[in-house]
Amino acid sequence: MINKLAMSTVALAAMAGAPVMAQDISVKLGVLNDRSGIYADLSGEGSVVAARMAVEDFEAADKGMTVEIVSADHQNKPDVGSNIARQWYDVDGVNAILDIPTSSVALAVADITHEANGVMLNSGAGSTGLTREQCRPTTVHWTYDTAALANGTGTAMTNAGGKKWFFLTADYAFGHSLEENTTAVVEANGGEVVGQVNVPFPAQDFSSFLLQAQGSGADVIGLANAGGDTINAIKQASEFGITQAGQKLAALLMFANDVHALGPQTAQGLSLTEAFYWDQNDTTREFSQRFMDKHGSMPSMVQAGVYSATLAYLEAVQTVGSAEDGKAVVDQIKTMDIDDALFGKVTIRADGRALHDMYLFQVKAPEDSTGEWDLYNQISSITGEEAFLPMLDECDFSKQ
Amino acid sequence: MFELLGIPPQVLLGQLLLGLINGSFYAVLSLGLAVIFGLLNIINFAHGALYMAGAFVAWMLLNYLGIGYWPALILAPLIVGAFGILLERTMLSRLYHLDHLYGLLLTFGLALIIQGLFRNYYGISGLAYQIPDILSGGQNLGFMYLPNYRAWVVIASVLVCFTTWFMIEKTRLGAYLRAATENPTLVGAFGVNVPLMIMLTYGFGVALAGFAGVLAAPIYSVNPTMGEQLIIVVFAVVVIGGMGSIMGAIVTGYMLGIVEGLTRVFYPEGSAVVIFVIMAIVLMIKPEGLFGRPA
Amino acid sequence: MAMADNTTSTQRVEQTAGMPTLHKVIFVVLLIGLIALPFFAYPVFAMKVMCFALFAAAFNLLLGFGGLLSLGHAAYFGGASYVAAHAAKVWGLTPELSVLCGAAAAGVLGFAIGSLAIRRQGIYFAMVTLAFAQMVYFVALQAEFTGGEDGIQGVPRGELFGLFSLADNMALYFFVLIVTFGGILFLYRIVHSPFGQVMKAIRENEPRAISLGYDVNRYKLIVFTLSATMAGLAGATKSQVFQLASLTDVHWSMSGEVVLMTLLGGMGTVFGPLIGAGIIVTMQNYLATFGAWVTIIQGVIFVLGVLMFREGIIGVISRWLKKPL
Repeated sequence: MINKLAMSTVALAAMAGAPVMAQDISVKLGVLNDRSGIYADLSGEGSVVAARMAVEDFEAADKGMTVEIVSADHQNKPDVGSNIARQWYDVDGVNAILDIPTSSVALAVADITHEANGVMLNSGAGSTGLTREQCRPTTVHWTYDTAALANGTGTAMTNAGGKKWFFLTADYAFGHSLEENTTAVVEANGGEVVGQVNVPFPAQDFSSFLLQAQGSGADVIGLANAGGDTINAIKQASEFGITQAGQKLAALLMFANDVHALGPQTAQGLSLTEAFYWDQNDTTREFSQRFMDKHGSMPSMVQAGVYSATLAYLEAVQTVGSAEDGKAVVDQIKTMDIDDALFGKVTIRADGRALHDMYLFQVKAPEDSTGEWDLYNQISSITGEEAFLPMLDECDFSKQ
Repeated sequence: MFELLGIPPQVLLGQLLLGLINGSFYAVLSLGLAVIFGLLNIINFAHGALYMAGAFVAWMLLNYLGIGYWPALILAPLIVGAFGILLERTMLSRLYHLDHLYGLLLTFGLALIIQGLFRNYYGISGLAYQIPDILSGGQNLGFMYLPNYRAWVVIASVLVCFTTWFMIEKTRLGAYLRAATENPTLVGAFGVNVPLMIMLTYGFGVALAGFAGVLAAPIYSVNPTMGEQLIIVVFAVVVIGGMGSIMGAIVTGYMLGIVEGLTRVFYPEGSAVVIFVIMAIVLMIKPEGLFGRPA
Repeated sequence: MAMADNTTSTQRVEQTAGMPTLHKVIFVVLLIGLIALPFFAYPVFAMKVMCFALFAAAFNLLLGFGGLLSLGHAAYFGGASYVAAHAAKVWGLTPELSVLCGAAAAGVLGFAIGSLAIRRQGIYFAMVTLAFAQMVYFVALQAEFTGGEDGIQGVPRGELFGLFSLADNMALYFFVLIVTFGGILFLYRIVHSPFGQVMKAIRENEPRAISLGYDVNRYKLIVFTLSATMAGLAGATKSQVFQLASLTDVHWSMSGEVVLMTLLGGMGTVFGPLIGAGIIVTMQNYLATFGAWVTIIQGVIFVLGVLMFREGIIGVISRWLKKPL
């Protein structure tokens, strides 16, 4: 299983030793993500490493496939991202684009991919729009979306007695949709929202907003924000004694890297939902250790998603026999029963939404943590059918 | 009567205090900018990046050399100040005979470089820096829980601001400085080494940014973008106070912290722009700034 | 507030009547090159360069010829791209009308902001423009029609005059070429008109222009509005090319980029901003893989530009040739 091929270049050529295959399939993958901005740590170069590992583990060369990987930085700007995506499809002959965090860029690339009949294997973006308002037959949304996170965290915390919620909402569309999704879940489980405050984005100082949350008498403070905003809010909640006084924090979009950056001292007790954590079972640990050796940090769920989506994609391309027709490859992926090393059982719904289990984690207290990356206790899991929003009829591409 | 728009007085009091704490950062940063502008006529756009560098230096001192918060509070500003002196000697000093705007463009470029380098080496997630043990915990003031460290931020910033103001406005050294601003040639003729003074002033102004960075490290995550978000606001503070006015920069810093804090209660969505609105109004009515002398 | 060194200002374009032969030749060569370009290079990329070239040229009108440094030009560029995208997508207007809507909106915005900002000078002027641009950003982030951080996505390319489809990259390319090249020629015409001469006089010596009886503020306001309108034209066109309008275009770093382009190419020159825009956009495109290095390289260019090449690339060439470019 462990393929110790030392790779210095991105291209894996199938020169000799592919006797079985009649045809040589060449595939070009583009990893398009944030390599310098706020999502650089959870996607960035790590996603390229993950994609390369997938190509190695698939043993593409032995199967008569030539797989090349290119990468670029979209700087979280939709115009930069769409420019690169167009150029990749039109000029450079890229067949599939991977990762694409930042919803605005992902939504733009979804359209371009559809026009070019390529494939978008999205792991990094959280927008539910990718499989709803802007669903496209060439989109696969692999790892998570905001609704699943809200659902996972909202359900578990409300059922655990957190009936009264107060939201700190990043004041832009993403924050509002996260709040809206969670509110629906909280209310469906018998909870209520006692207040909310719109926080300008980005913000450094949350003390004022946290004080308002504290005064509201809520059981749970829902952080409908992301990245540095979430980190600062959690840090300051601990500083102002809010968590110590018994109010719970629920991070609605947070990744293992963020928790790692905060340290268990500050983040302890925090609840969050993820699709993957490195320390779940033997296969995730084995993969993560190899990833660690190459990249120097444990994989985030986004990077894990890039790995798994690439494996599934390559398998579909092999079955179809060519990577040229993006829609055909995606149609093939949608028929597969995937038993993934990292995400377990995965099915891709007709709208492109990947369904797999989601897990609620709680951050360990420093005294329980045995290492730098020993971050979570798993509290519960929910199935993909429960976690993700139901499919919209107009996005059911099996009927079109 | 004190109950404003349904906000009880104790909440208001808490928010005022929080505003004052944020104002402390604005005050120290805008003071540094004002000192530099007053003497060098340079708009130091790199101020935010150097503030960030201060926080990073503190983190590096701790993680690479095991030097804790208190020594870092002195050392990090010195290191940042020395770096600033290097910048002044090698680059800024070539621009004094030109329009102010060139200084702004140069420091804008420097800010991009400094930020980019930290981004490359330390990523973007941010690094954790713990509050020193002696200042952890907090006081229950009845209307709010005040973390000890925040109280310390206010005290430290008031001390630094007052000392700087005193040095510039009330001492002989300060008198030379002010004189050199008006007429460097004449002051030079009296045997004062003006270039040296300018160099040290820039170093000092930048060290103030580094100091604010160390103060901020335990509260905010130590992050390459922490300065970028702050710098434009601080510029607005300096413009409102009056370019080059020491007192103006300090008082406006605290004041706008409070105004912003109150906006967060009454109209949280607008708290990011309230300072710019005030700046536009001030510039229209009193263009030299609240505390500036008419040009 | 003369931004230029004395050494270069004497070599600027001073003619009023007609276009010098050298400029005519360069424009013609440029046009021929641009017509041929999409057959060799990737058209979408070329369109991006042209939009930014117009943006930088519009900015240069204000900075290089008007002597006014605006740190908020992203507001007009980005504001127009939102309006044009909205017009094309929601109102279903044809591309040329959408672009005009965008430019007009930028002009109105520029007039409003300009009439307040021109009352101040130098660094204060720069700060006022920045403050207003921040407010525009705030609106773009908050308002319903701008779509928050997702921006306005999936703008249809539409049919020119309701007749010719622009869905094809090539068709769109020539539309963009006509708009941007026309815009740049228009800016050239302004600079070399009697109006442009007065502007330059104000830039060089404002008190003297006042004493000569010119209503300085009126001239400044006109030039500010014109610059904002043309910046808007560029932004509106860009939204049609990329089929989206986003926060990137209104962010203050966009204002910084246009300063960089102008400075690098040579402020106060005719062709400098075009070259500057070409270099910066190409760099961003091809260095995209290197992540944060793009920022660092841009910073280095800024620093070197200010320290060593204040005249910019075209400024230096113009000095060598002893001819204004």
